[in-house]
Amino acid sequence: MSILVDSRTKLCVSGITGREGTFHSLRNRDYGTNVVGGVTPGKGGQDVDGIPVFNTFHEAVERSGANTAMIFVPPRFAADSILEAEDAGIDLIVAITEGIPAHDELRVFNTIKKNGRARLIGPNCPGILSPGKANVGIIPAAFFSEGNVGVVSRSGTLTYQIGNVLARSGFGNSTIVGIGGDPVPGTDFIDVIAMFQEDPETELIVMCGEIGGDAEERAADFIAANVSKPVVAYIAGFTAPPGKTMGHAGAIVSGSQGTARAKAEALERKGVRVGRTPTQVAEAAASLLAAAA
Amino acid sequence: MDLLEYQGKQLFARHGVPVPDGRHATSVEEAVAASDEVGFPCVVKAQVQIGGRGKAGGIKLAKDRDEVREHAEAILGMDIRGLTVHELWIEGASEIASEYYASVVFDRSAKAPLLMLSTKGGMDIEEVAAEDPAAIARLHVDPLVGFQDFQGRRLAFEAGVDADVVRPVGAMLAKLYEVFLSEEATLVEVNPLIVTPSPGGDGGGRQVKALDAKVTLDDNALFRHPDNAQLRDISAEDPQERMAKERGLIYVKLDGDIGILGNGAGLVMSTLDVVAEAGGSPANFLDAGGGSKAEAITSAVEVILSNPSVKAVLFNIFGGITRCDEVARGLIEAFHQINPDVPFVVRLDGTNDEEGRRLLAEAKLPNVHTESTMDGAAQKVVELAAAAEVPAA
Repeated sequence: MSILVDSRTKLCVSGITGREGTFHSLRNRDYGTNVVGGVTPGKGGQDVDGIPVFNTFHEAVERSGANTAMIFVPPRFAADSILEAEDAGIDLIVAITEGIPAHDELRVFNTIKKNGRARLIGPNCPGILSPGKANVGIIPAAFFSEGNVGVVSRSGTLTYQIGNVLARSGFGNSTIVGIGGDPVPGTDFIDVIAMFQEDPETELIVMCGEIGGDAEERAADFIAANVSKPVVAYIAGFTAPPGKTMGHAGAIVSGSQGTARAKAEALERKGVRVGRTPTQVAEAAASLLAAAA
Repeated sequence: MDLLEYQGKQLFARHGVPVPDGRHATSVEEAVAASDEVGFPCVVKAQVQIGGRGKAGGIKLAKDRDEVREHAEAILGMDIRGLTVHELWIEGASEIASEYYASVVFDRSAKAPLLMLSTKGGMDIEEVAAEDPAAIARLHVDPLVGFQDFQGRRLAFEAGVDADVVRPVGAMLAKLYEVFLSEEATLVEVNPLIVTPSPGGDGGGRQVKALDAKVTLDDNALFRHPDNAQLRDISAEDPQERMAKERGLIYVKLDGDIGILGNGAGLVMSTLDVVAEAGGSPANFLDAGGGSKAEAITSAVEVILSNPSVKAVLFNIFGGITRCDEVARGLIEAFHQINPDVPFVVRLDGTNDEEGRRLLAEAKLPNVHTESTMDGAAQKVVELAAAAEVPAA
C-alpha cells in the first residue's frame, strides 16, 4: 500500500508539450507511472513520445480514463487548468506550478472544497512519489526506495535531504508527499497524516514544516488526538527574521506568528519528537522504529 | 510588496475610500507648493515603511507655509529606525472625534478573507488583540460569494461604532474589500479610521476617513496590475537585495558573516539553521533555485560577496533537478571571474555529485573545501569564518 498515487494512477499532464512538462512527464513514465495523456489547448491529436495530447481535460478523461492530473502550465494559466481538471472529474490534481497569485489560489481552494469531488496537492510542490509504484511530479526518485516511512513536506529539496539521510540509515518510504510552500495549499499536513495513519504500509510518519502560517500547530493538535503511529517532525527557519519572505511565498514570520520555535514547541507539547537538523530527524526515526520492532 | 502610505491612499481614492486631500513631495519646494494646494493647517508626513513615524518626529502639523518649510527640511533625509526619508506626503489636517481600526486580511488558516473592525484605533492592534480581544469584531467573507452589505452593518454594530456612522463605516468596509479584491492585496489596513466631530459641507452627517493606509500587494499577481508593479519603494530595499532581484535570485540579507547558497527555499532555511546550530551566523539567505545553471551560480557568488561582512561561504547543494556538475562549473567560472578572497566550503550531494566533486578537485581552486554531508560542511565553514581575520575597513 501507499497513499494517493500507485499502480492504479492514470496520469494526464496539463502543459505536457512545454519543455519542462515533456521532460518530467517522460521521467514519470520511465519510472513506471501510467501516463495516459496530456492537455494542451490547440494541440489535440498530437502526441509526446507516444503519449496522446488532448485539447481539454474533459476529452482526456473521456478518451483515456485519466484519474490524476499534473499541472505544469505557467502561473497565469494554472488556476484555470486546475479548475478545468476538477470540472472534468479528475480525482487527484497535483499542481507543480510556482508563483500562482494568492487570490487565484483562494478561489481554487474554495471551489474544490465546495464541490467536494477532487483533492488538490500543491500548488508550488514537488509532487508525490510512492517508491516502486508511481512518481507524479519532479521528485528525483533515484534517492528513495520502498519502505515504511511516510514523509509529508512543505519543501522540495529539503525533502530530498531528509529522505537521503533516512535512506543512508536504511529506511525506505511508503509515500513522499510534497504539499508545497504556498500560503493556500490544497492539502494540509493533517489530511496527509490522516492518510498515513490509515495506510498499513506506513509505520512512521515524518513531517517537514517551515515558518509561516499555523499548519504545523494545527497538525500537532490533530496528531495528539488521532494518530497512534510515531511522528517525527522537522521545522526549517529558526534563524529567519520576521517580515522577510524566505523563498516560499508562504514562508514568512508575521509579528509573533509562524515562528519555527512556536511550531517546534507546539509539536513537542503534544508528544511529537522534533529534530533540530535533518540528521537528528533520521536518528529519531531510527530509534523510534527500533523501539517499535 | 508593501506600499507606502501615500501609494495606499492613492489606491483607496481610486476605489472611493474617503481619504484626506493630499500631495506627494520629494523636496522642500514641492512640499510648500503641495501645502498651498491642500490648504492649512496641513500635516507633513514622512513616507517610510515602518511604524512609529510619529514618535520619531516624522509626522508634523503645520499651520502655514513657513512651518511646512521648516518641517519638510527637518524630515527629508531624516533616519527613522534605519530608513532614510526620501519622500513626503502633505495632506489637509483632519479634525478627529474618534479613532477606529479596520482591516481586510488574507487569512491563510481559514482560507478566506478576514474583516476586522474595532473602536480602539490609533494604537497597535496586536496590543489590543492581546489585551482585549473582544474589542475587535471579526468575520470571514466567502471568497466565492464576496462581501455582502449586511456584513459591514453587522461588524459596525458588533464593534460598537457610534450609531450615526454605522452606514458610512459599513460602506467603507465594502470599499476596502473592493481594494483588497480588485488590486489583489494580501493586507488592507486602516489605522486610524477617523470620525469627524462635525458634519461635512455636503449636508450629510459626520464623516469617516482613512487617515493612514497600509497595503500589501501580492507579488505573484503584479503581472495583472502593471500600474502597481511600478510602485516600488527603492529606499526600503537593501542594495544587495536589489542586485539579487535584478538577477532573478531570491536573496535575503541577514546580520552574520557566513555567506550561504543553496537550492530550494526549504533546504536553504535548513542550512541557515544548521550553521547557527554549529555556532555560526549566516550573512544571507540565497536560493539559487531548481535547475540552477552555471551562469546563475556565478551571478549568485557575486551577490553574496558584495556584502563586505562575509568571511566565508557555504554552498549546500542537494541535486534533484539541479545537477551538481553544473554547480561546480558555475563556481569554477566565478573563481576565474572574481577571484574571491574568502574561503568556500562546498557540499555537493545528489544528481551528478561525483562528477561535480571531480571537476572541483581538478580545478584546484584556492581555498575551496569540499564536504559530503550538510553537518560536516556547516562545521567546517563555521571554523573557517572564526579563523578569518577581520578585513581592514
